[in-house]
Amino acid sequence: MDFWQLAISGLANGSVYGLIALGFVLIYKATEAVNFAQGDFMMMGAFITIWLTNEQYLGFSFWLAIPLAILIMALLGYLLDVVVIRRMFGQPQIAVIILTIALGFIIRFAAGAIWSHEPQLLETPFAGREVHFGGLVLGFEEVAVIIVTLLLTMFLFLFFKKAKLGKAMQAASQNQLAAYYVGIPVKRIQSLVWALGGSVAAVAGILFASKGAVDPSTGLLGIKAFAAAVIGGFGSLPGALIGGLIIGLIEPFAAYGLPAGYSQVAPYALMLLVLIFRPAGLFSQMHKKKV
Amino acid sequence: MSNSVVLKIDNLESYYGPIMAIRGVSLEVRQGQIVTILGANGAGKTTLLKTISGVMTPAKGTIELNNEPIAYLEADRIVKKGLVHVPEGREIFPLLSVYENVIIGAYTRNDKKQIAADLEMVYNYFPILKERGKQKAGTLSGGQQQMLAIARGLMSAPKVMLLDEPSLGLSPLLVEEIFTILKRLNKEQGVTMLLVEQNARVALEVADYGYVMEIGRIVMADDAKKLAASKDIQAFYLGVSEAGERGQKRYKQRKTWR
Ligand SMILES: Nc1ncnc2c1ncn2[C@@H]1O[C@H](COP(=O)(O)OP(=O)(O)OP(=O)(O)O)[C@@H](O)[C@H]1O
Ligand SMILES: [Mg+2]
Repeated sequence: MDFWQLAISGLANGSVYGLIALGFVLIYKATEAVNFAQGDFMMMGAFITIWLTNEQYLGFSFWLAIPLAILIMALLGYLLDVVVIRRMFGQPQIAVIILTIALGFIIRFAAGAIWSHEPQLLETPFAGREVHFGGLVLGFEEVAVIIVTLLLTMFLFLFFKKAKLGKAMQAASQNQLAAYYVGIPVKRIQSLVWALGGSVAAVAGILFASKGAVDPSTGLLGIKAFAAAVIGGFGSLPGALIGGLIIGLIEPFAAYGLPAGYSQVAPYALMLLVLIFRPAGLFSQMHKKKV
Repeated sequence: MSNSVVLKIDNLESYYGPIMAIRGVSLEVRQGQIVTILGANGAGKTTLLKTISGVMTPAKGTIELNNEPIAYLEADRIVKKGLVHVPEGREIFPLLSVYENVIIGAYTRNDKKQIAADLEMVYNYFPILKERGKQKAGTLSGGQQQMLAIARGLMSAPKVMLLDEPSLGLSPLLVEEIFTILKRLNKEQGVTMLLVEQNARVALEVADYGYVMEIGRIVMADDAKKLAASKDIQAFYLGVSEAGERGQKRYKQRKTWR
């Protein structure tokens, strides 16, 4: 198989890992909680979009379904924080972790009950189209996935850099107590971060489902995204994306060059190596968290 | 002393779990005053300020800012109403730039023009912060971070500023510098201040009025000048002692307010 085609499909997969990893990092930085259901959020975002737009279900226009799905997932993220997570304030971190793991099971179960366990594909207006690029023939979806991911990451980067709300989110994550002192409504900001985490998961799900089938257990690839976040330093947004891209790239080449069985562990082997030699991750921001 | 009362606290109680840290504190701060709270480590000074600024919720009592009750409000609402807390130990945002730290102090405001004017005003008092605007705040020196915390507080355009040990960890020279600026801010900008200090000497120098706090209670209150002249304050907070500097003797000496 051609090198570039492998690389592009790896990058496209890696984009989805990267976006899920971004969700991990966003929520972790702002609230110190790790949302282990982030992968299942992604799956849910995918199914909600499928439900909204596929002929078999509601059959809305694709371009209406996308913002709707993103909005629904944002709302779910927001409500999850307001109704559940916020009440666990003061509990040990492990409690939140177990809660989100359990939540993942519930989402998987619910998705199976509602949409069945059959793998399903998102119907997009550009299914089957190809992109010809310097003699290469690439799937339109794969190229679109990479481009959308880059755009979204750039948008998030600018949002945190320029927008007042983005600054407040950064501030609340760097020093929560100080954020209270300057009058940032920290609790509301944290709920908004969960909403952002939900909408990023929705985008990841839409991208994933447009290039391959999803089923309720698809969210389990969140574990790879977790490895990506660790590789990236679990505190850096670009780090998370790059971690995802690295894992996405390693997979197809490992599968190509290594015997079956070895290739699947390649992402985790890399994570271990990173943890051993650069425990703070490849792109860590050096600072101690306060409070 | 006929200025109106801007901050009035009545019978305030605060807990850490079962531990009662503030045991019925009442105090007043008048318009344009600098009022200081002195007290040993663990007396509850920081807890009192946290309770006033809404970072902690009181169990009992009332707090009024310009005759409006503010106890039990969320911290951001209280900042919006004009009371800001400059915390102990600086508590800046280390990865944001100095400029971003200063400007985030105006988070609760929307009046762009006035914010820009206040930024100029603040830079005028702390020129070093303008000079270091692009630098990450975490890389500032301790004294510069203290200035940053005060500057950030000013950006909320406060009517009342709570200051928790601004002298902590600073060289005597820098302490003088910061207190000179605080006094100027009080005189020139009319910022009313409630100042918690271990450094009783400088605090009583700038303050109009003072309270002494011990284990969660106010045990003494008087004009700053009178406090500075009081034997007890001299012995326990100003380090002046006829019996010499030996700790044991000082420990045995009885405080008249007990
Ligand atoms: N987070 C906390 N949990 C439990 N107890 C606390 C907590 N913070 C403070 N305390 C206790 O409350 C009491 C008052 O503490 P506080 O920090 O208000 O004292 P302080 O007067 O500011 O002291 P210092 O001058 O050392 O800053 C102390 O006995 C302290 O041990
Ligand atoms: Mg203190």
